This record gives sequence, C-alpha cells and structure tokens, in this order.
Amino acid sequence: MSEMLSPHSDKVQEVSLEELRAKVGTGMEILDEEEHMLLSMGPQHPSTHGVLRLLLELDGETVVNVAPDIGFLHTGIEKTMESKTFTKALVMTDRMDYLSPMSNNLGYILAVEKLLGVEATPRAQAIRVILTELTRIASHLVWLGTSALDLAAMTLFLYCFREREFIFDIFEMCSGQRMMVSYFRPGGLWRDVPEEFEPAVRQFLDFFPGRIADYEALLKKNPIFLKRTKDIGVVSAEEAVDWGLTGPSLRGSGVNLDFRKAEPYSGYEQYDFDVPLGTDGDIYSRYRCRVEEFWQSMRIIEQALDKLPGGPVNIDNRKIVPPPRSELGRSMEAVIHHFKLWTEGFDAPEGYVYQRVESPRGEFGCYLRGNGGPKPARVHFRTPSYANLASLPNMARGGFVADLVAVIGSIDVVLGDIDR
Amino acid sequence: MDRDQFLIEQINEAVPDAIEEVLEFRGERTLVIAQDHIKKVCQLLKSDKSLNFDLLSDISADDLLPDFPRFAVNYHLYSIPNSQRIRLRVFVEDPDDGPPTMGDIWSIATWLEMEVWDLMGVRFSGNNSLRRLFLPEDWQGHPLRKDYPLGYEEVQFSFNWEEISARKPSPKE
Repeated sequence: MSEMLSPHSDKVQEVSLEELRAKVGTGMEILDEEEHMLLSMGPQHPSTHGVLRLLLELDGETVVNVAPDIGFLHTGIEKTMESKTFTKALVMTDRMDYLSPMSNNLGYILAVEKLLGVEATPRAQAIRVILTELTRIASHLVWLGTSALDLAAMTLFLYCFREREFIFDIFEMCSGQRMMVSYFRPGGLWRDVPEEFEPAVRQFLDFFPGRIADYEALLKKNPIFLKRTKDIGVVSAEEAVDWGLTGPSLRGSGVNLDFRKAEPYSGYEQYDFDVPLGTDGDIYSRYRCRVEEFWQSMRIIEQALDKLPGGPVNIDNRKIVPPPRSELGRSMEAVIHHFKLWTEGFDAPEGYVYQRVESPRGEFGCYLRGNGGPKPARVHFRTPSYANLASLPNMARGGFVADLVAVIGSIDVVLGDIDR
Repeated sequence: MDRDQFLIEQINEAVPDAIEEVLEFRGERTLVIAQDHIKKVCQLLKSDKSLNFDLLSDISADDLLPDFPRFAVNYHLYSIPNSQRIRLRVFVEDPDDGPPTMGDIWSIATWLEMEVWDLMGVRFSGNNSLRRLFLPEDWQGHPLRKDYPLGYEEVQFSFNWEEISARKPSPKE
C-alpha cells in the first residue's frame, strides 16, 4: 500500500509547453502562453456534432486561435475498400457521411460507372436524382435542427426530425433501410422503386412547403437568432475559395459554384433550378442558402417525378448487373453470371477517374483507380466536411466562444465524413 | 478540349519540359508533370488570369507498388470562372523527398497534404505542419501503402481457443 503513494503526490506536475503541444496533438501555434488560456473543447461535446476536438486559445472570452483535432472516428474506409469488390465496397460509402448516404452512393457509383465506361438508364438516373435530392432535404433538416439547437432553439429540432422521418420511410420503402441504404448499384439500382413511391414523394412535396414556413416563422425574424448569426463567422469569397470551401457554405459567400450546374451528372442538366447565393458570407447567409435549397430540391424532385421515364432500371450488361431472379430458374447463362458476379465481381479496366458530385455539404469527390481486377486499386474520397473544416479557424478567430458553436453548426460538419 | 489545349500551350510556353505526358481517359485530362516543375506550373495555373484555377479540390496519392517510381500524387484542380477541370499527376521516387508544398498557392493544400502524409507517407517539402492527423501520435507506418500488413483475425474454435488466445495481440490497457 505504501508503494502506491507517490512521494511527490502533493506537488503539481510541471508540464513544459513542448510536452503540452505534443499532448494536444494539433500543432497549433500558441501566441501568448502567459496571458491566454488553452481550452480543449470536445471530443465529447454536444455542439461539435460528433467527436470533433478543438483546441482553443482564449483571451478572456475571445477566441484567439482554434485548431481542430480529428481522427477519433477514423475507420480506414479507403484501405478496407481495396480488399472488397467494387459492389461490396459500396456499403462503406453510406457510413462516411451518415446524414447523406445517397449522395455518397451516387458519387462512388458514378465513379465506378465512369471507370467501366457505362451509363445508367434514364429511369435509374431520374430515380437517383429524386432520392439524392430527398437526401439533401433530410441532411439539411438535421443541420437546421441541430444548428438551431446549438443556439438554444429547441423546438425546431423536434420538428425537423419529424419530417426527416418521413423521408426515411421513403428510403425504407425503396431499399429496405432507413439510413444505410446502398441503393444505387453499378449499372443502375438495387431494384425498381415500389408503386407506393410516387404517391409518398408527392405527399411529401404537398406538406413540406407548409413545414418550411413553420421553420421560417420560428427563425427568420427571431431577434435572438438574428443576433447570434448576422455578421458572425464571416468569410469572404476569395478566402473561402482559397481555403477550399464548397457547397452551401461557399455559396453563402456569394460564389456561384454548384457542381450540379457546373459539371452536370446523372441528368441534372434536364432540370430547371436555381442556385441560391448569399451575399454576406456570415452564418445567416449560409442559413438562408440552405433553406432556399429546400425549395430548389423540391423543384427538381417535382420535375423528375413528372417526367419519370419508364423502362428498365438496370443496364443490359450481364457482366456488371446480376440477372433478375426469374431468369435463374431457366437460363444456365444467368446462373453463371449470377455466380461470377457474387463470388468474384466484375473487372474494371486499368486507369483512374475522379468524379465530383454536389453533396449537401459541398463537393464530394471520388478518385478511383482500377488495375484490371475486380477490386479497386485505390479509392480516395474528397469529402466536403474534411475540406470545409479547414476554414473553421478563419471564421472563428476574433469571435466569442459561444459564436464558435454557431460557426461549427453553420459549416455543417459530419465527423464520419471527416475521419472516414 | 480546346481550353485544355490552350492550357497545355500556356504551360509549355512558361515552363518548358514541365509536361512529361498528356493522358486522356474517360474524358478526363491528366498532365504528368515533373516533380521539379510542379510548383511553377501550379503558380502559373493559379495566377494566370486566363487560366485561373482558383479551387484546389483534392490531393490524393497512389501507391503503384511494384512499379517505379512508386508513388504518384494527383492534384485535382478546378477553375470556377471557366468551369474547367484538370488533373496534375506527379510521380514521386522518394516519399521522404516529395513534391513541394502548395500551401502558399492554395491555403487548403496544407490541410490536404497532412492527410496524404498521415495515410500514405508522402512528405511534402516545406509543409511544416505534417503530423499524425487521423492516426494516434505513436502510430508506426502509413496504412494506405500497399506493403502495409493487414493483420487478419485468426478464427478460434473450442479445441484451439486457448492456443490462439495466447498469441493473439491484445489491446493495450
């Protein structure tokens, strides 16, 4: 027992600054170690939207510097995908940005299809667009609920999750899963949407405008919300582009960059929609952009539903898409294709592609290299949250600690997307 | 593709011998750039008003084992005013002596290079903030390399449970 009592137990352990820096693991430059306070915020903090740890240097209540410390959720998805076939690797894309699984699916699947040199059927493309836009609405709903919750607006959180649940019901109807859908497959979809799909989406389009009006009534002219968001976390257009900010966070600064318009994919060029732009680059502008995107997404969904093409959802290439169940009983070739696809997968040619899609958070890029075999030689994801996080110190410097919480909410980080 | 031709001419004029190869695959242009010239090329692409590649989308690295040079670093650039994209590919012979950092051209580059170094181990000269980002500070090796051991779980049955448990690496306390 006496051994366990340290002789120096009453002495405060001296830690040198070098040791402290190594410990905090962010490499942040500390400006004034005498006067300023170092504060570790997170990783278990309700308003960091996951396991984000921030090291703050504070002068009183003013943030002098911020450095993000990430990696708590790192699961090695890029490495794991190298040992899976192209189809089996798909399920891991859902788990990166768990708030917008369909966008991740789409980015990865379009990269695979580009590498293979095939294009999905018009029907599959339209269904992909509808579901991706529903994902955008669902993801923005979580953003709206949680970032308002950070600013102490509790009610909105419950409203937003109620509407999100309706979208999840639609996802479950199509894919059997609420969140981890894995619905888009190379060459098309897992299967066609059920009959109830269209009425359900139309019902959503009917009631959702009223719900947006409810949210706006709670926030748009709310003096507390305006005080907490106007002229706070400002980032200029040049700075935002320089720091690689994309998505609604960039458009809040007035830069017109939306890859649905700039590099249309999956038939986005057929739909008529606007890109909402902000002017001030503050939290309020980013909030406006995302709320306007609700309307634009609904416009796209409506147009896509109105002219939803018929026909098959999968391409007619049995080397990529497995045969339908009905053929397995009477065609030997179908059995062979089925067996080959589920045991070995399909071969992709040598070469590399990079496919961008506009995820709810910004540019989601998938770099994919094939080596002639059935497994990807390298998969790399350019995830929007990871790049957007680099702008956080710029936005937060000089503000209050309480504003930092609002800034984190306004760039809409998802830690699964950052750490992968 | 006209704009790409214009771009290639501009680079050839400003930095001769920089472009080693021009590749096209699935409608995407790749310029293979010599490692010594990549900085000058990037400076030109960013600062030239007619090219104006203002957004650095992504930096990713490839491990091409068993080929030599073993590593390749890809820069995915995008020009917002011109809606133009290009990929620059640099082959890196020695990962400890990688391409120069682009942090003074695009601020985001410092952040993207940190990820590449952590997971692939390509060191960008001039980037002073390279450190373990995703992995613990005492981590050995760079997991995205092809020669990184994967470490499979041995299957245990009732008859050899004890035997395998004994040699199984256990988590640190």
